[in-house]
Amino acid sequence: MWELIRANRRRSVLLFMFMGIGLILLGAAVSYYFNPAGMGIDGIIIALLIWIIMSLISYYNGAKILLSASKAKKVSPDVHPQLYNIVEEMKIASNLPVMPEIYIINEEAPNAFAAGRDPQHAVVAVTAGLLTKLNRDELQGVIAHEMAHIYNRDIRFMTLAGVMLGSIVLISEIFLRGMLFTGGGARYRSSGSKGGQGQAIMMIVAIVLAILVPIFAGLLYYAISRKREYLADATGVRFSRYPEGLASALEKISGSKIEMKTANKVTAPMYISLPFQKGKKAAAGLRSTHPPIQERIRILRSMQGAGFLSYQEAYKEVKGSGSHIIPGSGLKETDDPGIRKAFDSQDAPSLKTVKRNTGDLMMTVNGYTFIDCSCGLRIKVPPDYKKNTIICTKCGTKHRL
Amino acid sequence: MITLIVILAIILILIIWFVGIYNALVRLRNQVKNGWSQIDVQLKRRHDLIPNLIETVKGYMTHERETLENITAYRSKAMSATGIGEKAQAEGLLGGALGQLQVAVEAYPDLKANQNFLSLQEELSSTENKISFARQSYNDQVLFFNNKIQMFPSNIVAGMFSFKEEEFFEIEDPAEKAVPKVKF
Repeated sequence: MWELIRANRRRSVLLFMFMGIGLILLGAAVSYYFNPAGMGIDGIIIALLIWIIMSLISYYNGAKILLSASKAKKVSPDVHPQLYNIVEEMKIASNLPVMPEIYIINEEAPNAFAAGRDPQHAVVAVTAGLLTKLNRDELQGVIAHEMAHIYNRDIRFMTLAGVMLGSIVLISEIFLRGMLFTGGGARYRSSGSKGGQGQAIMMIVAIVLAILVPIFAGLLYYAISRKREYLADATGVRFSRYPEGLASALEKISGSKIEMKTANKVTAPMYISLPFQKGKKAAAGLRSTHPPIQERIRILRSMQGAGFLSYQEAYKEVKGSGSHIIPGSGLKETDDPGIRKAFDSQDAPSLKTVKRNTGDLMMTVNGYTFIDCSCGLRIKVPPDYKKNTIICTKCGTKHRL
Repeated sequence: MITLIVILAIILILIIWFVGIYNALVRLRNQVKNGWSQIDVQLKRRHDLIPNLIETVKGYMTHERETLENITAYRSKAMSATGIGEKAQAEGLLGGALGQLQVAVEAYPDLKANQNFLSLQEELSSTENKISFARQSYNDQVLFFNNKIQMFPSNIVAGMFSFKEEEFFEIEDPAEKAVPKVKF
């Protein structure tokens, strides 16, 4: 399994080098445009400074920012024992050193994400809707996928790559807008005769770079992001040894028409499935962070075993024989643990039950306590309720707290 | 003079290589031990859950006295088992009996509605899962370690310091064995 991480790391270094060159070129071109005498050095310094500061912030606070943006709440094991158990099962299967922290998001749309800069500071967040809509095997499939992101060091990589892309987009937008605003920037240059034709060419080069670099950096980033999603599916199945769990979970997630209220364009790539309808339509395109969900499901369902080799074979079957996804070094493992038996054969709960359970779960997360009255009513006591007793609104029985 | 330096350099390289292999062996053996303790924790957890489970289902399952007695008997046998092979066998029997109980529960709708039983059942099945995942990763570690001991040249170092091959933890599921698979 380590081979896979190493192959990933080599590829990440390459991506960073390409994007870094793009960033430096962009910085140089922009500053050359405004100040040809400086030879672009000041622009490079400013571009690198923007990038370093943004990287440091997101490296140390990325998880915190993401969690507070999605209004996720940290939960103790007793709020949802099954969730805690499943995370612990996947922790054992993946041999990760510590349990990730578990968060629940107050959303009906089923979705999940992992965050944190390394396995020691990892976080797994799931929505309340995910917990009530999925059965045990499906939930295990999703958690396995998230733990695979942690295991493959995807989160740190995608955060840092995202920041670099962000810096590039930021610099080029400031430049292009600033140029429109100042009317082509011509007034800033020294007297016309000095530069001549060479300078005019450099100006055009600067504009072309400002338009093209963000586009290419974006395409590179999206392509790698999609690849990492496939890899996380493969690694997750290696952990849970049950591809059907993740497949049917993805089916339920993609079938849900509810959009997430707390997700936005910046946080969207972190989720297991894109949280908006708009994104789903364009999902097949080059500008998507996630591979088409139907394709992921088809690959999972054509798997013959639970190892990387089986995933590779299934990937070939779905995407055509020439394609491959797992780096060769990851395929050296000959042992396939084999698909395990299904654990949960429970029927899907009705829509009404799902809705009620989601509501109850969120109240538990938010510190409510429940009292079952003998008349059948379930009294929900808010956390800021001060009195010692509460009266049932239906039958009038007095309950002690 | 040059020959002396060359000989010293070769000896130094040999020593470094030797230490490297020795350390790798120790590290692998520790990983095997760690893997085993992961399994052991879960097995203990399973043993601790059983009395509680029996207590809860006893009142409901009036016709399953034999299954319940079996579980109690297998549990004490598993707890007193020593050695990996013996443990694996005892735990296999216990797992089979618990599986029978899971099937039998289907006939008792009242029990299936009992909140206490449901949370116990979740704990128990999660423990079963944890045992099986821990077993998988323990066996992976054992495979690495045993390969290292058998393969040249690390087998020389392993022989000198008497590193012994570790045993795989294979639980046989009697339920799986008893039912012949029929394909139509």
